[in-house]
Amino acid sequence: MHRTGELYGQFQTMEQQRETASLGMWVFLVTEVLFFGGMFMTYTLNRSTYPDVFGEASRSIDLTLGAINTVVLIGSSLTMAMSVWASQVGKKQLVTIFLIATLILGSVFLGIKGVEYHQKFVEHHIPGLGFSFEPGASIATNAHAQLFFSLYFAMTGLHALHMIIGAGLLLWLIKQSMRGRFTPEYNTPVELVGLYWHFVDIVWIFLFPLLYLIDRH
Amino acid sequence: MLGTILTVYAATVDLNQYFSGLNIIVALFIATCKASLVVLFFMHGKYSPKRTQLVIVCSVFWLAIMLFMTMSDYLSRPWS
Repeated sequence: MHRTGELYGQFQTMEQQRETASLGMWVFLVTEVLFFGGMFMTYTLNRSTYPDVFGEASRSIDLTLGAINTVVLIGSSLTMAMSVWASQVGKKQLVTIFLIATLILGSVFLGIKGVEYHQKFVEHHIPGLGFSFEPGASIATNAHAQLFFSLYFAMTGLHALHMIIGAGLLLWLIKQSMRGRFTPEYNTPVELVGLYWHFVDIVWIFLFPLLYLIDRH
Repeated sequence: MLGTILTVYAATVDLNQYFSGLNIIVALFIATCKASLVVLFFMHGKYSPKRTQLVIVCSVFWLAIMLFMTMSDYLSRPWS
């Protein structure tokens, strides 16, 4: 295994080995773009078809919580980048500290998401049997609102799942970094998890305006 | 890097006054700027080998094609 960061047989230099690892993660992230992209496509199509109902439904989501979450997540991306930097300059204690900070911020994000989901549950906005958006409005309006909320839960749910996976990866990294395993010569795992974490952040950067900021005035 | 936090504020507060039907473009523009900053600097996209940068550009290109072509398909249907 990559314990001491030794050069594997198929590579000519350590730098080539490192670049290959990074490229591998990027290619995986491209597949993630395909994954999330499909849902963004669905969203785009449905929103352009039912702009008014989508706007109404969007206004019923808590904007403050969403904005706080965005700041929290971008902050966690910052601490993750700091962790990668710390591993590059050999400050082993900082690596662990920043990884823990990233994990804490990510958990705060998930916690706030949980609060938001609970709010939706109480308001009967979760698609399914108990769904009720506007009791007086037409069947079409309620159906289209249900579309919005289906997309809302599917997209933020998929995003949250990726964050949970990221949190697991961070826990593994924290355990390894506390044993001092990451040096300027070998910090590939930190870098790759960093790439993954930043990607999840980018997905949210687009999710936030598309779901929360449809028609606020 | 911390400037991206400020753009969140700009996106939420300014949109409350902006009335025209095009404020989604502003929001998406801001989001694209933020995402670009994350890719370039947090993910070291600016300092990556050209091959990696090509992969990144390709994924954006693919998204653009999918969104553009699918939407133009639906929008050009006269029946629904």
